[in-house]
Amino acid sequence: MTGARITVHPILEFKEGRKVRFTFDGQVLEGYEGEPIAAALHAAGVRVLGESPKLKRPRGFFCAIGNCSSCLMTVDGRPNVRVCTEKLREGMRVETQAGKGVLLAND
Amino acid sequence: MIGAGPAGLCAAIAARDMGARVTCVDSGDRPGGQLVKQTHKFFGSRAEFAGKRGIDIAGMLADRIRDDPMVEFMLDSTVIGFYDDGAIGIEHNDALTFLRGERIVCATGASERMLAFPGNDLPGVYGAGAVQTLMNVYGVRPGKAVLMVGAGNIGLIVSYQLLQAGVEVVAVVEAMPQVGGYDVHARKIQRVGVPILTSHTVKAVHGTRVVEGATVVALGSDFRPIPATEEYFHVDTVCLAVGLTPLADLLWQAGCKMAYVPELGGHVALRGEDYETSRRGIYVAGDLAGIEEASSAMIEGTIAGLSAAQSLGHEAPDFEERLATARAELAALRSGPKGQKVRLGIERLMRLGREVGVVA
Ligand SMILES: Cc1cc2nc3c(=O)[nH]c(=O)nc-3n(C[C@H](O)[C@H](O)[C@H](O)COP(=O)(O)OP(=O)(O)OC[C@H]3O[C@@H](n4cnc5c(N)ncnc54)[C@H](O)[C@@H]3O)c2cc1C
Ligand code: FES
Repeated sequence: MTGARITVHPILEFKEGRKVRFTFDGQVLEGYEGEPIAAALHAAGVRVLGESPKLKRPRGFFCAIGNCSSCLMTVDGRPNVRVCTEKLREGMRVETQAGKGVLLAND
Repeated sequence: MIGAGPAGLCAAIAARDMGARVTCVDSGDRPGGQLVKQTHKFFGSRAEFAGKRGIDIAGMLADRIRDDPMVEFMLDSTVIGFYDDGAIGIEHNDALTFLRGERIVCATGASERMLAFPGNDLPGVYGAGAVQTLMNVYGVRPGKAVLMVGAGNIGLIVSYQLLQAGVEVVAVVEAMPQVGGYDVHARKIQRVGVPILTSHTVKAVHGTRVVEGATVVALGSDFRPIPATEEYFHVDTVCLAVGLTPLADLLWQAGCKMAYVPELGGHVALRGEDYETSRRGIYVAGDLAGIEEASSAMIEGTIAGLSAAQSLGHEAPDFEERLATARAELAALRSGPKGQKVRLGIERLMRLGREVGVVA
């Protein structure tokens, strides 16, 4: 979806962070540093963030404030990250998570 | 203070004013709770900043305590539970820390209700709060064309904010025969041609991977769908604004006595006039104590903060006066027909509280 970013608004002004690059399932995308990963993905047209563990139904975000766990993804190898609150950083590796994810040994 | 929305911030201000040392823990990256995404001018009473925009109120409250050495803010920090020895566990940057408060004011606010219909789990079905966060905090439009479900104040206000952000709102559907929110908010969107379909609901949302459309149906006076009244809307986003329910997980886990009070939005903690729950030392305030509005959340926070600090032995010459003023403001806010539901809910809550001895 192009043009998802709001550029003019009657009340608000958006101070965007530094432009950074990250990958989504291997594909290179751009977003602003410090915004939630989900916002960057959404602005880049990505709405499906994962699938339900049993019925494999597509999942997107729902609450966007870290309460509902609808948005779990694997980030830099770490599963079950709520991308609606996790902040975007340069070079992050964001991946669709299959199943419930495996906890890392030292986590 | 668990939660630094209007309730938690006012509790912090009040407790600080009494001389208590305060820590505000919030999972968000800035204080203000719901206020940080409210671009509209608030209704409510003047003492609680009516006429100011929510985003500005959040800043004004936080500014009163931000640089105070007696107050510490822990942001990006989520409280995950109470421990038997009185400590609370806080997750911050993937690490767990513990904190012990002699008194705890829980002001975690509310979560949005879901609605049951086929397709309600498709990406593109978003809570109204989520849409607001995405668009008003991060400047990203949730979609191109939105169907809004619910014509309470939140549904109406978010519809208007969507229009301001350049998003089409195809219709607002409302199951009740009348609009639940204030007329001013309804007229703002009707004026620009957005239809508000009362006695209508969403029957199903369609799409293979994401939302591609939604079917709306008319409801009879028995709230059952009327056959052959279905209408299809081509939308990529369905926004649910069908009410809030207190975010009470922590209170359940702490073992506070709870009661189901529909007028207050669901399960709420039994509590006294000072907002202390059945677990000594744990207070509640704001939407968590009963779904209402920011103005009442601020006053409840003030009462809880004053009471908690006083119970620790802190004193202030104007304590009684501030408490009395707060109680009077709260009563005024809840007077009149709009406050009837909340009044009934609180009466019921207090009755239940007396039965089990939480309220004297
Ligand atoms: C669209 C919309 C429009 C509104 N318009 C108005 C209006 O015009 N006038 C009005 O008076 N009211 C209005 N309200 C209602 C008002 O915003 C709420 O009633 C008010 O914000 C409730 O305050 P609170 O402090 O109880 O909760 P919240 O503002 O929800 O704050 C709760 C805080 O707790 C934090 N939290 C939750 N769980 C945890 C945890 N486990 N650990 C750490 N932190 C946690 C959250 O991050 C949040 O910051 C509106 C609400 C909405 C959604
Ligand atoms: S969308 Fe609810 S936790 Fe992320």
